[in-house]
Amino acid sequence: MRRRALLRYGTLGLAAVAVTLFAGWWQVEGPGAPDIAMGDRRPLPLTNMDFTLTDHEGRPVGPETLIGRPSLVFFGFTWCPQVCPTTLADISHWLDGLGAEAGILNTVLITVDPERDTAQAMAEYVGYFHPQIRGWTGTPAQIARAAEGFRVRYEKVALDGGNYTMNHTAGVFLFDATGALVSIIDFHEPREFALPKIRRAMERSEPGTG
Amino acid sequence: MRPFGIATLVLSLLAAAPPVLADGDDVVIEDAWSRASIGTSRPGVAYMTLRNTGAEPVMVTGMRTDLAMMPMIHATTTDAQGVTRMSHMEEVEIAAGEAVALAPGGLHVMLMDLQRPMVEGESYTLSVIFADGTEASIQVPILGMASRGPAD
Ligand SMILES: [Cu+2]
Repeated sequence: MRRRALLRYGTLGLAAVAVTLFAGWWQVEGPGAPDIAMGDRRPLPLTNMDFTLTDHEGRPVGPETLIGRPSLVFFGFTWCPQVCPTTLADISHWLDGLGAEAGILNTVLITVDPERDTAQAMAEYVGYFHPQIRGWTGTPAQIARAAEGFRVRYEKVALDGGNYTMNHTAGVFLFDATGALVSIIDFHEPREFALPKIRRAMERSEPGTG
Repeated sequence: MRPFGIATLVLSLLAAAPPVLADGDDVVIEDAWSRASIGTSRPGVAYMTLRNTGAEPVMVTGMRTDLAMMPMIHATTTDAQGVTRMSHMEEVEIAAGEAVALAPGGLHVMLMDLQRPMVEGESYTLSVIFADGTEASIQVPILGMASRGPAD
């Protein structure tokens, strides 16, 4: 009897928390985005994107930076202790697993939290992972424009104590050397599916096979 | 007024029913670990497996550590659009004989308001709090920031 009561109570508690989180949301969406069916929101080809960002060494970068070599791009933020380090640790592991052939792969984390993720913060953070991983940031408007090209959604959520966290699209996007989307590694899919997908993006980038 | 009615009912059930929940003594905590942090401004994270060896379900209601002012259990969910979010779990039930894994990508302890940096190679004490008021304390080793777990 007591267990049932506690479970019931727990459900009520969760609902109250969810309401608090929703109230703290605001959503960042590019122009016209609500018209697109959400399920079809796959990134544009890199050649159809138009944005300028700054990498963690202060250099200007954009979609053209990624053309010519296969690319692995994902969005996150360095204040996140869970999804982003997990993804970065996995990516580091995959790059190690690919060995020397991974050297041709552009590997980029684009922040969804430009307010806190300065180029310096990005540099400090990516330094803890595989040396091939680059961190890109920009102004909030620049980030919104980049996210729109990748059809990435992100939203700020207030936390207790005045802090905030970010909800965001967590998939890893794979492009071939021409900038065409090859596939997406979803955050929750079994990690052993990742290496074959990365290899496919790299194979499609070899001359005569694309 | 309906939510108030339910809350009243729950409280009266709590007051009237005999306690049947198992103690935290029945819970074995395995494979606990944390990632190192950069300084103290970002939140930290802790992972572990909670195994209920008892014959009754056990409810975890929170965590306590002097490392962080606000440790809380978060769930990680991804919606149909691939957007990942965390939600605060006020309670986590572990069924009799079952285990609940707090692991990268899923449930985790979010260590908010760090009181000191989490340094690779060090460890700290974390107490798991159960609904009956009992606690189980463990030492959590701090692994590297890019670690994928104790077996990595
Ligand atoms: Cu969390």
